[in-house]
Amino acid sequence: MLLINCPYCGERPEPEFVYGGQAHIARPAQPAGVEAQDWADYLYRRDNVRGVHAERWRHTRGCGRFFNALRDTTTDHFLATYKVGEPRPAAGGTR
Amino acid sequence: MADLAHARTAPLVDENRWLRMLPDVCRWVLRGDEPVRAAAEAALGLPVPAEACRAGTSGERAALWLGPDEWLLIAPEGQEGLADRLARALEGRPHSLVDVSHRQVGLLVHGDVATTLLASGCPLDLSDRAFPVGMCTRTVLAKAEVVLWRTGVDEFRLEVWRSFAPYVTQFLAESARGTI
Ligand SMILES: [Zn+2]
Repeated sequence: MLLINCPYCGERPEPEFVYGGQAHIARPAQPAGVEAQDWADYLYRRDNVRGVHAERWRHTRGCGRFFNALRDTTTDHFLATYKVGEPRPAAGGTR
Repeated sequence: MADLAHARTAPLVDENRWLRMLPDVCRWVLRGDEPVRAAAEAALGLPVPAEACRAGTSGERAALWLGPDEWLLIAPEGQEGLADRLARALEGRPHSLVDVSHRQVGLLVHGDVATTLLASGCPLDLSDRAFPVGMCTRTVLAKAEVVLWRTGVDEFRLEVWRSFAPYVTQFLAESARGTI
């Protein structure tokens, strides 16, 4: 079974987790001043990476916390997991 | 034609040997930061674990770590007043304290088949090394979300949302049928 390293609980089985989409997408600080196309891009446009992708995961059936992960989309290998608010680690990861 | 009504109602296995319904208790979910945890610990005279996936106990009371800012507090029935004591101790600190006494039920899975039965539906490593006595966590048992707490080498407490309890007990009975 695929094990994912929750930054709070440690290595846990994948069925406890849900995928949460691309990570590090900041909401515009002043939404009222954002052009319609830019707002649409913020809401809907996402990268479609072949290789290392930074993405959000949630340990729904565990500690309940969101965290970020670097995952290789070609191998499904997790290179690193890190807490929300921490910077994206260099690709290649910590593990 | 044979009367099959009996087959539908007769127990498939003797659940009493390894599954027990636990008495009603008071339950609260406490959420807050580290100062809230420390204040709750002082107010309740009960270790409220900062360490992930650990339960603290004092007599019949227990505090189970569910997340870095979330604990399940358990106390015997009749100790409803603890909530007021806790609320007073936490006054002025951002937190939430929710009574979930009747949301879920407690089940005890015990005996030398306990880990085998649970492992049939729970993806965690339940060996002594990976899941020692005193460890607790929210996880899954088949399709149900449960809180699993190892209270002894061959003893696990399951906290199950009330409406999932028939599913969980029947799932365990089904897995027992192929195991024991
Ligand atoms: Zn976790």
